Formats: sequence, structure tokens, C-alpha cells
Amino acid sequence: MKYLYYPGCSLEGTAAEYDISTRAFLEAAGVELTELEDWTCCGASAAEAVSELLSYALPARNLALAEKMSQDSDLLVPCSACYLNLKKVEVKAKEKAAFREKINRILAEEDLLIRGKTRVRHLLDVVSRDLGAERIKKHVTRSLEGLTIAPYYGCQCLRPYRVFDDPEAPQSMAPLIEATGAAVHPWDMGARCCGASHMSTKQEVALELVGAILKAARGADAVATVCPMCQMNLEAYQAKVSENIGEAANITIVYLPQLLGLAMGLSEKDVRLDLNLAVDPAFRTKLP
Amino acid sequence: MSTALAETEETVEKRADDLAPVQEMVLACIQCGTCTGSCPNAFAMDRTPRQMWRLVLTGRKEAIFSSQTFSLCSACYQCTLRCPRGLPLTEAIGRLKQIAAKERLPRYKKSTRFYESFISSVRRHGKVREMEFMTLYFLSMKNPFLPLKFSSLGVRLMGRGKVSLQVPSRGKRPLEYLFKKVEEMEADG
Repeated sequence: MKYLYYPGCSLEGTAAEYDISTRAFLEAAGVELTELEDWTCCGASAAEAVSELLSYALPARNLALAEKMSQDSDLLVPCSACYLNLKKVEVKAKEKAAFREKINRILAEEDLLIRGKTRVRHLLDVVSRDLGAERIKKHVTRSLEGLTIAPYYGCQCLRPYRVFDDPEAPQSMAPLIEATGAAVHPWDMGARCCGASHMSTKQEVALELVGAILKAARGADAVATVCPMCQMNLEAYQAKVSENIGEAANITIVYLPQLLGLAMGLSEKDVRLDLNLAVDPAFRTKLP
Repeated sequence: MSTALAETEETVEKRADDLAPVQEMVLACIQCGTCTGSCPNAFAMDRTPRQMWRLVLTGRKEAIFSSQTFSLCSACYQCTLRCPRGLPLTEAIGRLKQIAAKERLPRYKKSTRFYESFISSVRRHGKVREMEFMTLYFLSMKNPFLPLKFSSLGVRLMGRGKVSLQVPSRGKRPLEYLFKKVEEMEADG
């Protein structure tokens, strides 16, 4: 299995462990990644709030780079915001010639071109459908039996495009967690919004949303995420949330590839668990 | 009529033009309220999403842009997914955010400056540099106490080597052509 790889800006900074664990876990599972050469920012949630055309042009440049490297490829994206921005342009470019023409007028200045050939794939899509729980199970050398994990999907890998999972009641992480030997925490908060960038500009609102999620996660040993924004919101504000809801909201928050990597025999160092902001000592003790 | 007043009316008219494409996007709204019932941020809004779409359709610009409703959208796409008329509601909200940014409406300064600082860092380097972006945001807000709100997280991130102190710097500006071309095409309409 081979994919082009778009890490995105967060994975080079605050979400370094997501990048490192994604690469390490996929390599251990026999997946080959080639990083997209010369990639640039997808626009995050900022471009859409500033200019519509810019919000298409920024991801489009990356899709054009992917087409330059390979005529017809799958571009693997771990960040849900990057995924959605790139996906939007993929869908529009496939559907509308006028859209392609407009975008290509911009990209022409750099001799780039989009034809709408690249398939944008979220990491969870690739892991749950291409790789699959059965194959992961064969790689498991350290069973995580005894741990209970709450699968947290967030929003933008599920909505608005119905690609690999039910956008209201997602299930794709459950078999992956079970493959590690861990149990799945029963809850219905997996597809609820974490507040995204409100955490920086309207913090009291985001803290309410995160509070409800962390409260519902009680009983689990950890929450598994597939997005750097979700991860940050759930792990970095637990003290404030505890104060808000009047009870301890502390819980371990890990990226899904960290969890799968650990089960496949990678060390805590390999998946850089030391970089996470919320790892409960009890979680470490329970790790076999 | 004073010049100041004339300018105000011109601004209002301009905003009406900007609103037209948004009205078109939600023209088929039946006011069922599924958007409100699906919105995780509705509890914090002064007007519900359903009410806001009605204001958009009736062209009540002043009411729309004196409310925080659209700026409280966190782009979870729950309303877009569930809308029985299949309307692109999250995208329409993006357009309202763009109008607020373009007109530099002071009421939305926090979100607008936040997004603009992010984009400004991307324009300099092609990728966002998280510490530079936050520094630009603090500078644009001109509030000496704002950085304190983020300082404890900043220290935790620095301790892990995830971010480092970055003074806004000049770079190779690999995306300058793209930004310029977008601006040029937008000016041409």
C-alpha cells in the first residue's frame, strides 16, 4: 500500500507526535508514505473566514503538487481540517470545469495544474478501510486488554462528506480499538464538536463543549483522537474544565496511531507519548 | 448630507450586494429549525441559526451584523448534514464571516484578527508558524493582557519543544504569487 502524504502545518509543530506516530505506525503495518514535495498550508479554518477564493486556491496548490508527483494517487491526510479543505477542492474540481479553470488561472503562475485526479483520504479512512482491523490484529504484539478507550472522531473527517463512516453515529474506530485488545467506551459524544478555534477567541463557549465531552468520557482510560485541533482542545484545558464543572475532568488523550502503534509493539518513545499534554499516570501503569 | 453619512450609506449598500449570494444559498429555507436544534453553539447565541437565516432572507443587514450568531459557528457541519432542504448552511456562514472581515466590523474583531493573523503568517512562509501567528494576533489586538491568557499553554508547549519563540520574520514568501492573483481576481469580480 502506497500513499502520498500531506502532514499539514500542525503536525510540524504542536501536533508533532501525531506526525511521528502516524509514520511509525503505518511503517510497522507495511504502508509506504511519500511526503508531498513542497507542500504549503491548506488555509485551515482561517482562509474561509477571509476569502472564498483563497480558501480554494490554498488547498488546490497542494492537489496540483500531488498530481505532478503522480497522475492518479491517494493523498493521505491525518488532520481533519486539512482533509476537509483538500476534499472540498477535490469534489469541486471533479464536478465543475469552470471551477478548475478558475483555480488553474491562479496556479498557472507556478506552472501547476489541477485536473481533479487525486483522491483525498483521511488517515482514519485508510486505516479502517484499506488496512482494516483484521490486518492490524495480526500485527498486535502487546495486547491492550484491560484498557477502555473512548473513540473521538470530531467533525470534519465525518461531515459534510459521507465518505467512510456514518456522519452522525460513527463506528469506524471501534473495531480498530478492539483489535488492540482494549474495550470501547460506550458513549454518544464521538461526533460532537470540540469548539475548534473558539478555544482561542470565545473560550467560555469552547470550554462548555469540551466539558460535556470530558464528562461523558469518565470511566474510560483514554480518549483516542484523529485531529490535532480536537486533541489540543481535549488535552490542554482540563484544569479549566475541571474548575468549570466542579469535578476532576482529567483523562488521557492520545492520537489513534499512538494507541495502535503501542499495541503493535512500538515503544512510548517511538510514538512520542512524552509530547502529549494529558497522560494520566494511571494510564501508563495500565499499559502492559 | 454630510460626507460621513454618505459613506455609511454606501457601506450599507455594499453590504446588501454582498448579502445577495448568501440569500441565494438559503432561498429554499422552510424555517423548520433543524439547524438550531443541531447546533452545538446555539446555547451561546443571541439569535438562533433559524432566526438568522430569516434575517438573511429579509435582508436585515443591521440585525445580522449586530448579532454574534454567525461568528459562533465552529464549522461542525451538523446543520449542513441535517438540513432537510440540503442547503449549504456552513458555507453560507463562511460568506457572512467574509463580509464581517472585509468590512472590519469592530464587533467581530477578535475572530477576524485571529484569522487574519493566521493567514498573514501563511503568506509569509507558505506554512503557518504557530508562535508567530499568535504573536501577530496579540500585536493586532493591542491588548497587553491577552498573551497572559495563553502563557501557561505556551510554556507547556515550549517545554516539549513543540513551539519556539518566533519574532515575525521575513521569509521566501512562496505563496505571494497566489495571494496576489487571488486579490487581483477578487478585485475584478
